[in-house]
Amino acid sequence: MKYSYFPGCGMEATGIEYAKSLAFVNRAIGVEFIEIDDWNCCGATAGHSTSHELGMALPARNLALSEQQRPGMPIVVPCASCYSRMKYALQAAQGSENEKLSRLIGMPVSGAAEIVSIMEAYSDPVAAEAIKAAIKKPLDGLKVACYYGCLYTRPPKVTGMENCEDPQAMDELVRLTGAACVDWAFKTECCGAGHHVDLPAESKPLLYKIYKNARANGAQAIITACPMCMMNLDMRQGAVNMAYGEDFDLPVYFLTELLAVAMGAGFGECGVATHFHPAKKLLQNLINNKEVV
Amino acid sequence: MARTGVIICHCGSNIASVVDVERVALAAGQMPGVTYAATNKYTCSISGQDMIKQAIAEHELDRLVIASCTPRMHETTFRKMLTKTSINPYMLEIANIREQCSWVHTDKEKATEKAIDLVHMAVAKVLKDQPLFTSSIPVHKKCLVVGGGIAGIQAALDVAEAGYEVTLVEREPSIGGKMVMLDKTFPTLDCSACISTPKMAEAGAHPNIRLMTSCEISAVTGYIGNFQVTIRQKPRYVNHDTCTGCGLCEEKCPTKVTNLFDQSLSKRKAIYKLFPQAVPAKPVIDSEHCTMLKSGKCGLCSKLCPLGCINFEDQEDFITETFGAIVLATGYDLIDWAKAYPEYGGGKYANVISGLQFERLVNASGPTEGHIQRPGDGAEPKTVVIVKCVGSRDPAKAKAYCSRACCMYAAKHAHQILEKIEGSKVYVFYIDVRTPGKGYEEFYDKTRADGAVYIRGRVSKIYEEGGKLICKGEDTLIGKQVAVEADMVVLETAMEPAHGSTETAATAGVSADKDGWLTEAHPKLRPVETQTAGVYLCGTAQGPKDIPDTVAQASAAAAKVLGLLAKDELETSPMISVVDAPKCSGCGFCEQVCPVKAISMVDVPSMYNGKRVTRTVAQVNSGLCSGCGACSAACRTGCIDLLGFTNKQILEEVDALWQE
Amino acid sequence: MARIDAENWEPKILAFCCNWCTYTGADLAGLNRMKYPDNIRIVRVPCSGRVNPQFILRGFQKGYDGVLVCGCHPGDCHYTSGNYFTRRRFLLMKRLLEYAGIETGRFQARWISGAEAAKFRDTVLKVTEEIRALGPNHRMKEADDHE
Repeated sequence: MKYSYFPGCGMEATGIEYAKSLAFVNRAIGVEFIEIDDWNCCGATAGHSTSHELGMALPARNLALSEQQRPGMPIVVPCASCYSRMKYALQAAQGSENEKLSRLIGMPVSGAAEIVSIMEAYSDPVAAEAIKAAIKKPLDGLKVACYYGCLYTRPPKVTGMENCEDPQAMDELVRLTGAACVDWAFKTECCGAGHHVDLPAESKPLLYKIYKNARANGAQAIITACPMCMMNLDMRQGAVNMAYGEDFDLPVYFLTELLAVAMGAGFGECGVATHFHPAKKLLQNLINNKEVV
Repeated sequence: MARTGVIICHCGSNIASVVDVERVALAAGQMPGVTYAATNKYTCSISGQDMIKQAIAEHELDRLVIASCTPRMHETTFRKMLTKTSINPYMLEIANIREQCSWVHTDKEKATEKAIDLVHMAVAKVLKDQPLFTSSIPVHKKCLVVGGGIAGIQAALDVAEAGYEVTLVEREPSIGGKMVMLDKTFPTLDCSACISTPKMAEAGAHPNIRLMTSCEISAVTGYIGNFQVTIRQKPRYVNHDTCTGCGLCEEKCPTKVTNLFDQSLSKRKAIYKLFPQAVPAKPVIDSEHCTMLKSGKCGLCSKLCPLGCINFEDQEDFITETFGAIVLATGYDLIDWAKAYPEYGGGKYANVISGLQFERLVNASGPTEGHIQRPGDGAEPKTVVIVKCVGSRDPAKAKAYCSRACCMYAAKHAHQILEKIEGSKVYVFYIDVRTPGKGYEEFYDKTRADGAVYIRGRVSKIYEEGGKLICKGEDTLIGKQVAVEADMVVLETAMEPAHGSTETAATAGVSADKDGWLTEAHPKLRPVETQTAGVYLCGTAQGPKDIPDTVAQASAAAAKVLGLLAKDELETSPMISVVDAPKCSGCGFCEQVCPVKAISMVDVPSMYNGKRVTRTVAQVNSGLCSGCGACSAACRTGCIDLLGFTNKQILEEVDALWQE
Repeated sequence: MARIDAENWEPKILAFCCNWCTYTGADLAGLNRMKYPDNIRIVRVPCSGRVNPQFILRGFQKGYDGVLVCGCHPGDCHYTSGNYFTRRRFLLMKRLLEYAGIETGRFQARWISGAEAAKFRDTVLKVTEEIRALGPNHRMKEADDHE
């Protein structure tokens, strides 16, 4: 299975663990992501909050490049922000804004290619079968909260998601590792990552509520598939604990990290070793205990 | 040769002051086919009419043109006059030289010329007129009411009281509808069952009312005064003729089934009465759950019944009867909120309930005998959140319309919680509060004074945490996000047309709007009539409404039915469509454009090249045709024509001015 | 019929008005003593949906300079749906006339209710002026070769 690949800026910086684990999983299941040559930043969030045209033209250029380089191939976008922007641009390219977009980016764009998230790519029956087959160290006994964030599913008019208030795709993939997914209420709430630098005080209560609900429903860890959410949920857990006098201990994993570990990846190899909030111990204990038994 | 009479009316000076009537009469006299032309000061007066009658007799006239005021004014007067002469009342044309000539023009010369033209057109048309005869259809003095909720019961009682026979059809095993599920009714707080069950009993015992429960309408043919209706009697497995309703079977039945009457808050048996005060007060067997009917085991009820009323072999039955009038009172259902609102838990939280579930909870004959208890654990909720407009006024999620009754029953629910649970708190999330009704605003004011806290905003999410239901929303009046920790949440959900109601209405020729509510003939002036003459509607079948409005509309529909049934015969307009069958190609275009479904395609025997063949041709039901002429304009072969406005007549009018 | 005298030419307009809305509106204009040009000749029909395209063509053929079809507002048809058919037929008819080389302005449709007397008057005023501007209908009028 081959996908045209739009990594986005996050995959090379704060989300480097995402990129590492993703590469491991792809190798294990025989899926190939081919990077779009000369791709550019999708513009989130500065682009579309500056001007509508800029917000559309930046992702549209990536669409056009992929169409040129690998016509008809679906484009996989791992970051939720990029995914959202690319979906907006796709819709604009398919509609009445097509001509304007082509003019702005100086090349034709048809909007013919499909945009998929990591969840959609891995939920493909062939890929899902391969994942199941590649699990070497099942994570039975682990209870996690799948956190989709606010941009993967909404707005449904753009994402085309039917069950946008209670998505299931990540839960189903996580269950393949043997881990259990808790039923919790904050799957699609905003974590405030967009204002994590300029308005940290605003994002703290949002994070607090997410941690609180995850813990109240019995989760030991939070799983995400968005580098922005990861950064926010992972890096600021200590600050939230301090501000609220709490002792949340919820390691945050990328979906691909969890899959990679279950497939036997080393913690350094897939990125789990370099989290802000210690993330090794939980999985280490789980795997060790099993080996003892 | 036609002998046309033309009368030009002065209308005092209304016409004559602008139009030179004498000149018009002179010109008319020269028109082909005209035998007699004269003027008259006041044609519609008794003396004017006498003058016409005299002229008809004297000049042996066979058709008449009157140039006067608009035909909308005196066409009927003059037709009535003609019934007393040798001329057929439909051999008359009126040239409108007052409203559309003398009153709108000032130039006398030009107005006179126009009046001559208008007379010319009328003469040209009248030459193609044919005698038409009204026919009469008998009225079958029996009324069918579909739906046994409060609307249907009220309509049936009103018609029956006036002395006409009524058949009341209900698909459930008992009449009563939604009203009998409710606890108290706003704003007077009288007990819903206490005021509706006597009506049910009255309908059940009325000598003029025949109750047909567990029944549905399967086909309707015919027209006003003469509808042939096929009613499907679903199997009940209990012989209601012999059953005394002793209740032994229900008591001993071992199979427990979710009780939908209690909104799934309790269990009932597989042989059951819908509720204790059901009318008829006799049980039926739920074939879906009865183990005897499913697997042939059990049969306990049959063994116990002292009168041998149980019949596991019962089959559905079809009964066809004739009715003069039909009332559709098919009612409403509540939307399936769990599907539309996953953010409210999508049904996974036991303590998030619908308004109707709350009605059962607070009802003395409900599953908790009127104690407000959380369905989840039976605890008494201390803090309750009420969410209004769940599905109403929310086109993105469910319905764009307002469901009208929810503002008031939300206030009633708040009032009941505050009254029944000491120290309780009630928060009501709302978009607007709409209280247009007698005593409604006062009731809402009182509820707020009782302590209900109204928060203006929609609830965006409900989730469970620490045993509480957290309701997140925005208080739009202060522009802040709020979260209320509640023990129980009541969702006041939108009404939608009862499932299957549009299909039932369609069998009776009644259409529905985009939301499925049945369409009245005119939203203001004909609110209980439909486009199909003889079919009326009332209650929530037509749109969301509360009980007072429903009952008022039911009585209005009954009044219309009585107006119809009081007549022995109906005179039909002869100005309807006719088919020239040999010319018809059977294309069916006319059938598609007919707004009243008066046209059907029928097979008729015919000869072709000496062989017997069958041809498909259009046929007009004269009882249904409303005379609009849409079929005639759509007809490709010109075989279907509208009497009184035939193609020939209209073309002659068009041609008239250009003939020498 | 005499040859058209260009100096004294006045347009003749044929109007089909439905009995329930526009014909009633025209009557109301009279009742209110509103004034409008006398170039119009109204044919009463039960519904605008009754107007067969043949009637319109015959109007032009016989020498009318303009034809107007009027009915109830969409959604208000006395017979529920008649005026919707009129609307669709009207669009087709326009294209046919255009194809035949007739100025499409000679054929117009309007929705005028029984209460809109002023709208009826304004329509007659406007349509009369528009058709006057188009001049006499030569193209479709049948030849007067018998004269």
